[in-house]
Amino acid sequence: MTDLITRQTLPLGQRPRVLEMHDVLKVFNGTVTALKGMSLTVNAGDFISLLGPSGCGKSTALRLIAGLMQPTQGRILWDGDQGEGNGGRGDIGVVFQEPTLMPWATVARNVYLPFRLRGKSFASVAGEIREALSLVGLEKFADAYPRELSGGMKMRVSIARALVTNPRLILMDEPFAALDEITRQKLNNDLLQLKAKIGCTVIFVTHSVFESVFLSDRIVVMAARPGRVLEEITVDAPYPRDMAFRTSANYAAHTSVVSKALLAAIGETA
Amino acid sequence: MTMQDRSSAEAVYDAEEARRARAIRIESVARWLLPLLVVVATVLGWQWLVTANDIPHYILPGPFRVWEQLVTDWPMLRDSLFVTLKITVMALGVAVVGGVLLAILFDQSRFAELIFYPYAVILQVTPIVSIAPLIFIYVKEPTARVLICAWIVAFFPLLSNTTLGLKSTDHNLRDLFTIYGASRWQRLIHLQLPSALPYFLGGLRIAGGLALIGAIVAEYVVGTGGAGSGLAFRILEASYRLNIPRMFAALLLIGVVGVAIYAATALLSHLMLRRWHESAIRREG
Repeated sequence: MTDLITRQTLPLGQRPRVLEMHDVLKVFNGTVTALKGMSLTVNAGDFISLLGPSGCGKSTALRLIAGLMQPTQGRILWDGDQGEGNGGRGDIGVVFQEPTLMPWATVARNVYLPFRLRGKSFASVAGEIREALSLVGLEKFADAYPRELSGGMKMRVSIARALVTNPRLILMDEPFAALDEITRQKLNNDLLQLKAKIGCTVIFVTHSVFESVFLSDRIVVMAARPGRVLEEITVDAPYPRDMAFRTSANYAAHTSVVSKALLAAIGETA
Repeated sequence: MTMQDRSSAEAVYDAEEARRARAIRIESVARWLLPLLVVVATVLGWQWLVTANDIPHYILPGPFRVWEQLVTDWPMLRDSLFVTLKITVMALGVAVVGGVLLAILFDQSRFAELIFYPYAVILQVTPIVSIAPLIFIYVKEPTARVLICAWIVAFFPLLSNTTLGLKSTDHNLRDLFTIYGASRWQRLIHLQLPSALPYFLGGLRIAGGLALIGAIVAEYVVGTGGAGSGLAFRILEASYRLNIPRMFAALLLIGVVGVAIYAATALLSHLMLRRWHESAIRREG
């Protein structure tokens, strides 16, 4: 993980590029345009939010990046590679809106999943699993089953599973949308602390203006029908951010700018 | 309900909670006591009916007469019991292997499912009594005849339940497996089979009862040519001789076998699911 930390502490311009989307188009069934003309550059250490109303293509963008579907037109390039496909697909972590844990497996076995599917034995990665669980504060629950945990704790397990392989990119698809506001704020804080510790690169899909401003250094505001990027807003506030940032004038100013952009996105749609 | 919010406060009961606690205590006793009382009452009522009306034992024997017959005929009935039990367990075993393997085949190949599923349904909906005489003609080995009949009856719930279970995986988990580059085999072993386990065990409970029914019915239909020394054959034989107490004794044993099979499959299901599945979790609070 030291490798990632050095990557992140480099000045912005020198950070290695993780992912580039060039003018990506996705059409379903030949007629439904889910996403149009999306371009995005992701550098190591970025925290990027995709914000927009339902149907704006943000989940489609995430599924394209995850390699779960192929773009109709345009290119998605990893690490500046020249290939067309998604060579780096195995090297990402994903957190869904639901915790998506295997109910029959213990917490540790759930976190072990990405390694297991790469043919590694549990014993050989026990250290990584313990480290990931301690990063999300669940080291004591390694042998618990998912049903014994609260919703927030299950989500932490899901996050631990996403980062255990130290992936180049972590995709989060509205991970905290189903949680109560207090748990959600707590997890937002923890996520930023986690990012400060391990310097992960995150693309975060959300409906929430407040969540996106608090977490991201860039917010991609998207509009629906057809799904497209409307505006990219840089959040000009240094990390680490804590509860004090939530009540600061800077935070309020940013939420106002982002809210206006979102209103424009909804207005154009409606 | 979770391990972190269980408080260590001392017990305080208001009237409503006390009532609830009492109701739970009463139910925990009644759950065992009531069925037991009903069984005892039935046996006593039956005995009273027989003695009070002077019913001869070749029409309706009393329960104690049946018990005597069971003890007297035990060596013979025990052998028959083992035959029936063996066939039932074997049929269930073959049904489990066949049903699960077919379900996996259907899951892995959509075309295999399209081609073979109609046959599975036809086998299922055709009454075994009508197929059994044909099996009697084509298969010479007596045990094999009965086994085939019992298998035909038992395998379908395993096939259909396991097929459903293999398809009922969480779609996000499926995506996750794709993202991590899981092979077909890894997906089957680590995702689909565990997801299908509760469905399979549900099918097993049904199939256990059906295997017994299949074994008995098959013996009635095909086992009469000296093939069967199972319990069904004993019932037929006793009916020819008007030995009604022995019929009841054999019937009692069949009932016991049925209950034992159900209990065994329910216990297996509980042991395999109790750590994680909703069906096996007792609700708290």
